[in-house]
Amino acid sequence: MYKFIASVKKESLLLLRDPGGLVILFLMPVILVITITLIQDATFKSVSSNSINILLVDNDQGKLSAEIQKNFDAIEFLTPVSEIDNIKITEEKASSLVASGAYQLAVVIPEGLSQELSKQIDKNIIKILEEFEGKEDSLKIEAIAEKAISKTVKIYFDPVTQETFRSSVIFAVDKLVANIETKSIYEAFEKELGESESLKSFNRAHFVQYKQINPSLSGESVLPNSVQHNIPAWTLFAIFFMILPLSLNLVHEKGQGTFVRLQTMPINYLFIIGGKAILFLFVSVLQFTIILLLGIFLFPKLGLPTLNLGTNLGLLYLVAISSGMGAIGLGILLGTVFNTHEQAAPFGAVLIVMLAAIGGVWVPVFVMPDTMQVLAKVSPMNWGLEAFYDCFLRKGNLGDILPEIGLLIGFFISTIVIAILYYEKKKAI
Amino acid sequence: MSASIIQINKLSKRYKGAAFYALDTIDLSIDKGAIYGLLGPNGAGKTTLISILCGLIKSSHGEILIDTKNFKTDSIEIQKLIGVVPQEYALYPKLTAKENLFYFGSMFGINTSQLKSLVVSHLDQLGLLPFADKKIKTFSGGMKRRVNLIAGILHNPEILFLDEPTVGVDVQSKQAILNKLIELNASGTTIIYTSHHLKEAQDLCTRVAIIDSGKIIAKDTPDNLISKVPNARNLEDVFIELTGRELRDYV
Repeated sequence: MYKFIASVKKESLLLLRDPGGLVILFLMPVILVITITLIQDATFKSVSSNSINILLVDNDQGKLSAEIQKNFDAIEFLTPVSEIDNIKITEEKASSLVASGAYQLAVVIPEGLSQELSKQIDKNIIKILEEFEGKEDSLKIEAIAEKAISKTVKIYFDPVTQETFRSSVIFAVDKLVANIETKSIYEAFEKELGESESLKSFNRAHFVQYKQINPSLSGESVLPNSVQHNIPAWTLFAIFFMILPLSLNLVHEKGQGTFVRLQTMPINYLFIIGGKAILFLFVSVLQFTIILLLGIFLFPKLGLPTLNLGTNLGLLYLVAISSGMGAIGLGILLGTVFNTHEQAAPFGAVLIVMLAAIGGVWVPVFVMPDTMQVLAKVSPMNWGLEAFYDCFLRKGNLGDILPEIGLLIGFFISTIVIAILYYEKKKAI
Repeated sequence: MSASIIQINKLSKRYKGAAFYALDTIDLSIDKGAIYGLLGPNGAGKTTLISILCGLIKSSHGEILIDTKNFKTDSIEIQKLIGVVPQEYALYPKLTAKENLFYFGSMFGINTSQLKSLVVSHLDQLGLLPFADKKIKTFSGGMKRRVNLIAGILHNPEILFLDEPTVGVDVQSKQAILNKLIELNASGTTIIYTSHHLKEAQDLCTRVAIIDSGKIIAKDTPDNLISKVPNARNLEDVFIELTGRELRDYV
């Protein structure tokens, strides 16, 4: 124990006297979490509340296009632009503006859309009414049908826009056009049947309504937001980023004469790595605490939602400590295997990014291909992330996070054992 | 005749992928209380031999007994007996001299109060007490060498290995280091050291072994070796006679 304490003290002094190391361990994760959360929050708002300018090319100039324009105006996150410098936008102009990235999308309403839609609806209604009255005039219907030509509304997207954004826009445009079509059908019925009491009593409101519910493991209602999603993901990334300074610390130690001296002393490798492991575990807990405090006190001042810690702070720390142990095990293994900065630094950095990608830090695991979903299950970052989500978003209890905690601690023990065995084998040059 | 504290029998070492043996069938016996010099040109195998004796690397063949103990079965016991002063500064530059020595002393299990007095006493003897709380990175080469030596002797080892302990230091620091070694030897510590300073070895060592191309080509007291080689006035003449004048550049 005495040797362990001396080892931890030595590592602490070395870290405290390394401003660069302190910046990497504490300031970088803070900057990372703030930056990513602000960006993610803005992205979230861009498809929900922030307005995006879209080019609207109206080749129809009819009733329907006027309705589309009116409805676009009503959509919060889209602002239609149909003229630039008092000049109507053409499809070619819109295409080039979107291709250059000046605008993210353009909607082109084809010529004659109002007219053709009207004909199509008229044809359908006449057919329905005449079938209903039992006096179908096929000649009259065919005459109208011949003239109804299918029209395509084109949507140009900037290649840079992401799939989620495109899906949101297509969904919104599709819903808008469907609403206009429904409205037109009602109006056509009114026109054909005249103003009757039965028509006035038509309920035009949507019959099927949607309600978003976020169930939790505890049964409480949970309101997820960008902070609740990003704090766990990027805190975990920051904790695992510790792999880099820890492995480099060990590589640096090996490059110094001090390692030679330690190898000749009556201590085993566990004492050499033990001091580092304990210090870095403390660092990971401190990192986590700082980020939680930011989420609670700083984020609201930046216009972000306040972090909700949930009901059990102890569980959050248990996940943070287990994740820290997983990262420490991997850092020590890399530091043991590699001998130079040139080997350890790029490999460590790429590995962290890969683990984050596979683990679902950037893209949710459920949207990954099947193979990657299987791979995600063996990523320690995914275990930590799932455990954090269980605490932050699903309001889980100890039983819910125990499997992930077990995997992380098991991973720590395995990597340490492999590191010790490798060290002993390597010593026998 | 004193009992041998280190016994080396038929020791060989070939590194993985190497065409030649770094050490080739070495037999050597070092008496307790000796100051034994391992001399030889660059690449002769001195550092390999001292590394094996310290337990840093394993031999390919042969046997080493340190105070009748074997590294394979009693490595921790042997590590308690030995002290090592590597050629490079084996110190943390960002820690002070005192912090470095406290850390290394703790690794030997020396308790805090004993360690305090040992550190102060050694620093004082080697003229470093006024700089005890200064960081190692601010020290001159000679000061670092002296702290390097203290770190290897805090636990009062029975056997002390030194790899070129006076390389790159001024005359004053060199004298302080050598005086300390003589003092340690007088108190019973067996000293094994490598050096390129043959005058220093001649003055200090009770016995020397000259190693070349992984083999021991001569071993005796410095005086006996000088007397055995015609026209030799000192150990340097013996060394040149036995190892030749050819440059020993190697990669």
